[in-house]
Amino acid sequence: MDELAIKIEHVSKQYRLGAIGGGSLRGDLQSWWARVRGKEDPNSKVGTRTDIKIGERFLALDDINLEVKKGEALGIIGHNGAGKSTLLKLLCRVTAPTTGMIGINGRIASMLEVGTGFHPELTGRENIYMNGAILGMTRKEIDAKMEDIIEFSEVRQFIDTPVKRYSSGMYVKLAFSVAAHLDSEIMIMDEVLAVGDMAFQKKCLDKMREAANKEGRTVLYVSHNMNTIRQLCDRCIVLDHGKVIYDGDVDAAIAKYLGEHQETAFPVAYDLSQNKRNHHFGKQIFVKSFRFLEAEAARFMIGQTINIEISLDSKIEVDDARIVMRIKDKGNYVRYASSLSNCFSISRSEGQKIRLRLDTTQLIEDEYCFSFEVISTDSIGNYHSYDNPMATIFVFMYECDDSDINWAKQYWGNIRLPDMSAVTIR
Amino acid sequence: MSDKQFTTVIVPKSKWFDFHLKEVWKYRDLILLFVKRNFVSQYKQTILGPIWALIQPLLTTVVFTVVFGRLAGLAAEGVPSFLFFMSGNVAWHYFSSCLTSTANTFTGNAGIFGKVYFPRLVSPISTVLTNLISFAIQFVMFLVFLAIYWAKGAVQPTLYALMLPVLLLQMAMLSLGVGIIISSLTTKYRDLKMLIGFGVQLWMYGTPVAYDIGIVPQKFMSVYMLNPMTPIINTFRTAFLGLGSFDLPHYLISWGVTIVILFLGLMLFNRVEKTFMDTV
Repeated sequence: MDELAIKIEHVSKQYRLGAIGGGSLRGDLQSWWARVRGKEDPNSKVGTRTDIKIGERFLALDDINLEVKKGEALGIIGHNGAGKSTLLKLLCRVTAPTTGMIGINGRIASMLEVGTGFHPELTGRENIYMNGAILGMTRKEIDAKMEDIIEFSEVRQFIDTPVKRYSSGMYVKLAFSVAAHLDSEIMIMDEVLAVGDMAFQKKCLDKMREAANKEGRTVLYVSHNMNTIRQLCDRCIVLDHGKVIYDGDVDAAIAKYLGEHQETAFPVAYDLSQNKRNHHFGKQIFVKSFRFLEAEAARFMIGQTINIEISLDSKIEVDDARIVMRIKDKGNYVRYASSLSNCFSISRSEGQKIRLRLDTTQLIEDEYCFSFEVISTDSIGNYHSYDNPMATIFVFMYECDDSDINWAKQYWGNIRLPDMSAVTIR
Repeated sequence: MSDKQFTTVIVPKSKWFDFHLKEVWKYRDLILLFVKRNFVSQYKQTILGPIWALIQPLLTTVVFTVVFGRLAGLAAEGVPSFLFFMSGNVAWHYFSSCLTSTANTFTGNAGIFGKVYFPRLVSPISTVLTNLISFAIQFVMFLVFLAIYWAKGAVQPTLYALMLPVLLLQMAMLSLGVGIIISSLTTKYRDLKMLIGFGVQLWMYGTPVAYDIGIVPQKFMSVYMLNPMTPIINTFRTAFLGLGSFDLPHYLISWGVTIVILFLGLMLFNRVEKTFMDTV
C-alpha cells in the first residue's frame, strides 16, 4: 500500500504581524494616504515600531514537505506556536497556503474542535445529517451509518433532543462518533481525547486505531499527550517554528520534541567552579564541572545508561575515592535514592576527569534533581566528604514504551525495584 | 506532480473564473439541510412561528397605505392602494431580506467556516432559498387579498403572472450578487456592515415600492430605470394588478445589470473565500 493520501509540497503560510489593516476602510485609506505623502502611518501603534514592525512577515509554516501514505497513523507534535494547527487548517481547507501545493486523496473528516458544525437548535439526529452533509455525503450514505453512530455515541436516549440541551460530555461523544463513522478516507484529530470520561477516551482510541489499521483510513493526530501519540501513531513528525525538524519513528520523535522543548530546562553541562561550598568542602578536592556525555539534553529513557563526566582539581592523593549520586524527585524532595560508585584513585593534579555510568532501570518517569559528593570510605565503612559542590542538576526521565502498568507515583514512590516473582500455591 | 493523482489539490490562489459550481452541486444535500436549519431555527421557541413572516409585510403595507397612499397620495390610480403597496412590499421584502442575510455570509458564519470546509457558496445560496419559504407564505397572503379584490372586480391580473418564477430568480440572483459583494468586502472592512441597513432602505426609496413610478419626472427616467429592481417591481405589478404595460427593453437592461453584478460578486467571493479566515 504505497498509495499517497496526502502530499504537501513546499507549503508556506505567511501571516503579517500586528493588526491587518486599520480594520476599517477609512483606516486603510488613511494609512495609504500617509504613505503616499511619506508621513508616518497614523494607524501604527506608538512604540511598537522598535520591537515588532507592524506588517512584518511571519511564517507560521516554512517550506513544509510531507507525504502521508494511505492507512498511516501520523502523529504531529510540537510546542505551542510550532505550526501544528496551521498545518491542519490548511489540510481542512479552512484557509489557503501562501505558497506551495497540497494534494489530498479522499475526503477529510476534521475534528479540529469537537461539535464542529453542530447547530444548537437542531436535534442530535439532525446534526448527524448536517455533519455528514458538510463532509459531502448524501442522505442515503448517512442513513446507512446512522445506527452505528447512535450506538457508539451512547446518547441514544437524547438523540431527538436539541443538542443545546446536551451536557458537554454528550456533545463531545456525539461529535466524535459522527467524525469517526462518516465515510472519510482521512481523519484529522486535534486533541479531541482530552474530553469525555476515561472509558469513552479508551473507546475513541480503539476506534481510531481500528480506523487506521483495519479500515485503511489515514489518521492525522495532533496532541500534547505523548502517551496517546505512542499508542495510536506509527509515524510521527515534530514541528518547530514552522519547519518539520523530525519525521519518522514515534519514540525518537517524542525524544526529539522533548529535547527541543526542554533543552534550556535540562542542560547537559554545569560549571560548578563558582558554586559556594560549606565548611571544608572544596579545600582539598575541588569539582569544577559536571556534564552528561552523548546527550543533547538531560533527558533519558528509563533503562538507558547515563554517562557522566566530572572534572576536578586535587591537592591530595586519594586511593579509595567514590562518588555518591543523590537522586531526588523534582517536586518536594520527599523521595530520593542514591547511587554509589566503585572506588577510584585521585592523583595530585588539576583537570582530572572521572567518568561515571549510571543505571536508571529502576526509576519511574518524572523530573529529577541530581546532586553529588566526592567522598572516601575508611576501613570500618565511615565516609569522609571532600567536596559537595551544591549542584542541582535537572534530569528528565521518560518511559520508553507502553509500560505494563500505570505506576502510581504518589503512593508507590519513584523507585521500581526489580519485579518480585509470585506463584500460586493451592 | 500530476494533479490527477489527487482528488483535491490545494493551491494558494484560485483562478478568477473558477466558481466551483460543480462542487456546489455535489453539496446540494447540504444546501437543503441548511435551508431547513435556517427555517427551523428562525422560528424555534416562538409561539406564532412562521406567522411572523406575515406580520411584517402586512403591517408595513397598512402603514404605507395610510402614509403614502392616503396622506401623500402616492399610490397609482386605478388599483386599490392596499394591493398596490402590498405587491410592492412582498416583492421588495424578498429582495431585501435576501440581501441583508447574504451580506452577512462571512462574518456570520466565521465560526463554522473556520473549522470545516465546504463550498462557501452553499451558505448564501441556502439563505436565498430559505427566504423563498417566507416569500411563499407572504405571497399566499397576497393572493388571498388579490382574490378578494379580483372577485369585486377591482383588479385584473394578466398572463404576465406566469413570469413570477423568472422574476423571483432574477431577484434571487441580484440579491445574491450584491450580498456576496458586500460580504466579501466586510471580511476586511466592517464599514459596509453599517451601510447595509440604511443602504437597503435608501434603495427602496429609489425603487417604486412606496410610490407609483408615474411621479418620477421624465427627465430622470433614463437614470431611474437603471436600478435593476425598478423593472422587476413594475413587472410584478403589471402581472398581478394589471397596472401599466410590460416594458421589455428596460426589463432586459435590468437582467443585464443583474448578471453583471452576480458575476462580479462570484468573482470577488471566490477570491476572498480561501483566505478570509486570516482577515475576518
